[in-house]
Amino acid sequence: MSLEPVRCGFIPLVDCAPLAVARDLGFAAEEGIALILEKQPSWSALRDALVFGLTDCAHMLSPVPVAMSLGLGGLPTRIDALMVLSVNGNVIGVRPEIAAAMRADGWSGRFDDPRGTGEHLIRATGGALRLAVPFPFSMHAELVYHWLGALGVSAPGGLDMRTVPPPLMPRALARGEIDAFCVGEPWGSYAVEQGSGELILPGAAIWAFAPEKVLAARHDWVETNPDTAGRLMRALARASRWLSDRGNRAMAGDLLSRPEYLDVPPMIIDRALAGRIITARRGLEAEAPNFLHFHAKAATFPWRSQAAWIASNIARRTGLDRGEAIATGKRAFRSDLYRRNLAPLGIDMPGASEKLEGSLRRAEAVASSRGHMILGPDSFFDETVFDPDTP
Amino acid sequence: MAPRLKIAIVEQDEDRARLIVDGLSAAGDYDITVLGDATSLTRRLAAIDPDVVLIDIADPSRDALEMLSLASGARERPVAMFVDRSDDETTRAAIEAGLSAYVVDGLAPARIKPVMDAAIARFNMVSQMKSELDAVKSALAERKIVDRAKGLLMQARGISEDEAYTLLRRTAMGQGRKLADVAQALVTAAELLK
Repeated sequence: MSLEPVRCGFIPLVDCAPLAVARDLGFAAEEGIALILEKQPSWSALRDALVFGLTDCAHMLSPVPVAMSLGLGGLPTRIDALMVLSVNGNVIGVRPEIAAAMRADGWSGRFDDPRGTGEHLIRATGGALRLAVPFPFSMHAELVYHWLGALGVSAPGGLDMRTVPPPLMPRALARGEIDAFCVGEPWGSYAVEQGSGELILPGAAIWAFAPEKVLAARHDWVETNPDTAGRLMRALARASRWLSDRGNRAMAGDLLSRPEYLDVPPMIIDRALAGRIITARRGLEAEAPNFLHFHAKAATFPWRSQAAWIASNIARRTGLDRGEAIATGKRAFRSDLYRRNLAPLGIDMPGASEKLEGSLRRAEAVASSRGHMILGPDSFFDETVFDPDTP
Repeated sequence: MAPRLKIAIVEQDEDRARLIVDGLSAAGDYDITVLGDATSLTRRLAAIDPDVVLIDIADPSRDALEMLSLASGARERPVAMFVDRSDDETTRAAIEAGLSAYVVDGLAPARIKPVMDAAIARFNMVSQMKSELDAVKSALAERKIVDRAKGLLMQARGISEDEAYTLLRRTAMGQGRKLADVAQALVTAAELLK
């Protein structure tokens, strides 16, 4: 049987793992798909390749399909998020000089204290923090806005938010052009290895369950290729399950380290996969719970309430009508297709497609199609609870 | 008459930048600035305030330009990624040439078109030159490795250069591999055995 080629754009990051695993461990082929992975030079290039049909699908920042549904960024095109590929996985880092200033001021150096660390960072940068994220529409940007906003700092007054491509971040830090960054692994650990950065907080400490990357495709492609889309989703769901097995971690790290993927030594990649982060050169290893999920806690389910949270934040910053933005944004997360295509795989489905974001402070069992599933924690550090129905 | 269009080109390679500038200058009277250094790109662009920004699609600093399309301050001019849906042909040609352009909102298509056409032609030329250069470089590298492999064979087996070459070529043909690959394998193995 000949395989159906499906072209997928990706950015070299640890969280492209489900795609690499689906291709190289045969999950895609089992579904009759020849997965062709195309490394992209930037998020805008990845998006444009998808929009122009040079690729069929993409490893995309979760806020991008939502922003595009609101007419922001790139060409007006309807892009669907078919499933979540990863939850959490970002880190916040600073120049070593800033970390030293924070310590001199009494910072504990703990990796799990968003409030204390944030307050020290704000003090150390004297109310003029220059922070880089990889893309304007990204979970990185959303997490930073939420974190610093809750501590009383917002753009443009106290926060100078910039866009810097991850490979250029160490240089921007070294030249003193930025004070801090929020980036996906392995680039945070890479900055530590180079001595240009020190990691101060995992993204998961700000929001314990943040949808990071999604599998995105053009809405019209999904409509005209429903069967292919379904098989692709099943292949990736199997790859995610494979990744959640601790015993497969070393192999996943080796796979990702290959030149066609990250081209970074596996010892740097393993940190994110294991949630054990070395925060400074010659520094200690910090245990980071919930650092990165591919499968556990229904990680792959595209909750409409996650899209609503993203849409609500973008609307507030860009002056769009919040209620309308939420209604539009929600449609980009295709929980309907997820249910239809993955139920045959025996994947447990939550009872609803929306939840109160931030309401679970610890793991809890909730009703699901097969009885009970474990969700959470999904809390925000400042105890925000987002209700998608009362904007 | 409308004022001269201000064009900014983001390109780190000086030779490539010069080729693009020459192409645009030949096509019309433009006010052109080249930004060679990707750092603090948005700040410098804001200072220049161009009508059109041209950048290689593969340039990672492109993501920084996305910020421009979000500028919403009163003094900032909204910028859209060029791609007018009504002119799919130009758009596709630009993408294929590896060019992306950001254009200030509301600029007349008739004024943009000659810029795009000239830029596309130059980007095509530049990428063709690059692939030719790459081909020459890899041919040189291949010849070096084949020479080293020949040397190793001559020494180990006491044969002439011609015989060494024939042996390499016969092995490559027998295994259905490229001559350079067989030579590389031999050189690698010899280094391991040292």
